[in-house]
Amino acid sequence: MEDVRPEGGAGDKYSLIVPTYNERLNIALVVYLVFKHLRDVDFEIIIVDDGSPDGTQDVVKQLQQVYGDDRILLRARPRKLGLGTAYSHGLKHASGNFVVIMDADLSHHPKYLPQFIKKQQETGASIVTGTRYVKGGGVHGWNLMRKLTSRGANVLAQTFLWPGVSDLTGSFRLYRKSVLEDLINSCVSKGYVFQMEMIVRASRKGYHIEEVPITFVDRVFGSSKLGGSEIVEYLKGLAYLLVTT
Amino acid sequence: MKHIVKIITLLVAISAMWIGLLEMSVVPRSQTWLLSIYFIVSLGCYGLLMVGIGLMHFPTCPQEAVLLQQDIVEAKHYLKQRGVDVGSE
Repeated sequence: MEDVRPEGGAGDKYSLIVPTYNERLNIALVVYLVFKHLRDVDFEIIIVDDGSPDGTQDVVKQLQQVYGDDRILLRARPRKLGLGTAYSHGLKHASGNFVVIMDADLSHHPKYLPQFIKKQQETGASIVTGTRYVKGGGVHGWNLMRKLTSRGANVLAQTFLWPGVSDLTGSFRLYRKSVLEDLINSCVSKGYVFQMEMIVRASRKGYHIEEVPITFVDRVFGSSKLGGSEIVEYLKGLAYLLVTT
Repeated sequence: MKHIVKIITLLVAISAMWIGLLEMSVVPRSQTWLLSIYFIVSLGCYGLLMVGIGLMHFPTCPQEAVLLQQDIVEAKHYLKQRGVDVGSE
């Protein structure tokens, strides 16, 4: 894959919002990789930690010593308060005109950030979303069962929702800040259904959405957070979106 | 227009066509409910087919795991030197 080096349009600043919970090791790795791949770009990383007991915030403070506390912002919360509110919280402190949301567990590799930026610049899109399900993208570390549920979920969503994107539950996205604010105010779901609601509402509102293939390596460190009740949650979310969007 | 309205409109249109065919005796009355069955079964088959195809062509990237491991080693090395605690959990 050729090295993509965007310069960021004059005056463009990117705020990367990374919600964390017990990501002590991963957050350090993510920060290193972001700085490695976004050399000539004006950006800041906003880490929204929900009171991690494993010392994630201590590591973030060490990272601030290395990279500067103007580039790494720690905006913590007292306990687990959910993903959607983590984004709103991060957004309040974001000084960029573009916002990237990404996971802290290295499943979203920072090496794709230049491609997101370039795609946005080339197309003028309001949202650039990473997709794992097209050629050039991919997943590693999923067993057959996981692939089956993922594929089944995707077919259900495509058949009934016509969402306009190939990866509905993915959460590696670049938003124009004003667009993200609008969407967050319009969405009420929790958890990953929130991600689905955001992109479906964006599609319904006619925002220009582009896709970039990304590869997703599942859970190098830390425990997985996907279980059986997620399926029920997903179906309920799908029904909700069917009726309200 | 809400999405569910679009879907309901589509179903109403299909039902109207079917009722038209029933009225014109192209389709015998005894088979009134066949449309619903056809529709649900084809939808189910379509869904299964799409899942199957998707599963066969599920893009995977084993080489990415290797690259990621390399990135991790590089990151740990750099950060350790600068006083960031990257000891394993």
